Amino acid sequence: MKSHLAAWAAALALLPMASHAASGDKPADLQRGAAIYERCIACHAFEYDRTGPRHCGLFGRRAGTVPGFQYSAAMRQSNIVWNEKTLDVFLKSPMTAVPGTSMGYAGIADAGEREALIGYLKKEGESGRCRK
Amino acid sequence: MSFLNFSDDRLVPGSRRTFLGQSGLLLSGTAIALLAGRDALAKTGRANTAANDVGILNTALGAELEAIAAYQLGAESGLLQKPVLDLAVTFQGHHKEHADVLAKTIHKLGGKPVEAKAKYQFPTDTLKNQTDVLRFAASLEKGAVSAYLGAVPVFGNRDLAKAAASILGDEAMHWAVLRNALGEAPVPSAFVS
Repeated sequence: MKSHLAAWAAALALLPMASHAASGDKPADLQRGAAIYERCIACHAFEYDRTGPRHCGLFGRRAGTVPGFQYSAAMRQSNIVWNEKTLDVFLKSPMTAVPGTSMGYAGIADAGEREALIGYLKKEGESGRCRK
Repeated sequence: MSFLNFSDDRLVPGSRRTFLGQSGLLLSGTAIALLAGRDALAKTGRANTAANDVGILNTALGAELEAIAAYQLGAESGLLQKPVLDLAVTFQGHHKEHADVLAKTIHKLGGKPVEAKAKYQFPTDTLKNQTDVLRFAASLEKGAVSAYLGAVPVFGNRDLAKAAASILGDEAMHWAVLRNALGEAPVPSAFVS
């Protein structure tokens, strides 16, 4: 577990501090993020749990804590709090970031795509459908 | 192509032939390769890889079971007319076949397949007509293509990756046909992502 946390700390330290500050602010970025989110739709929705947990309330949430959702032990024990940086590390390679995660997905290699997706996740998380 | 449509005994060594004989299944060469996973992995001692593969397969199975429920919802909605209704039932049948093979493979690998949920949540308030249902189904199929595309490279067992790619191809055809039914370009680009 320690080495896993150290790997996370190292990965987070390498991220530029302001890399996501403006993500999601531009309509074009949001549109791109929405298009990339279509890749997630087999398993995720914003408002409700599916094969994966809901995305409303994602930012600031501790990983593995949506009530009633059955997470992997690895995710429950990951100690991750979701924000731009942790999502960037996770989405790059979920199975490397959290070995044992149920999200059997290679990841999004392109940093620009991850940034657009994270911006979209954040913006939609603040939208009316997530404030119900 | 169906995974469960013909037998190829040349690919079935003794123990697996016995299992297949007892199960009464007639399996395609691809399905046998899929189900061969545990033996291959036992030989190489890659227990972690097998556990990872079971996890990936179970996530896929969960999504397939939801897709079956989604098509059931569409079929029972009264919003689909023939021949679209027949299409939905056919595609649901494919998802049932995917789920069946995935569950059997998980068993074969020593895992416990996830079961269908008692209740699924769908955006029913947005499904008012046939076009809405088709668009919803197309979005799920497109998502399934992406999910399998993301799963193929992370399988430890290449036979499983091949089988997942086979399902991916089927999902992509569903997506294309549904787009065509919506009057959209059936194949909007040269690559999927």
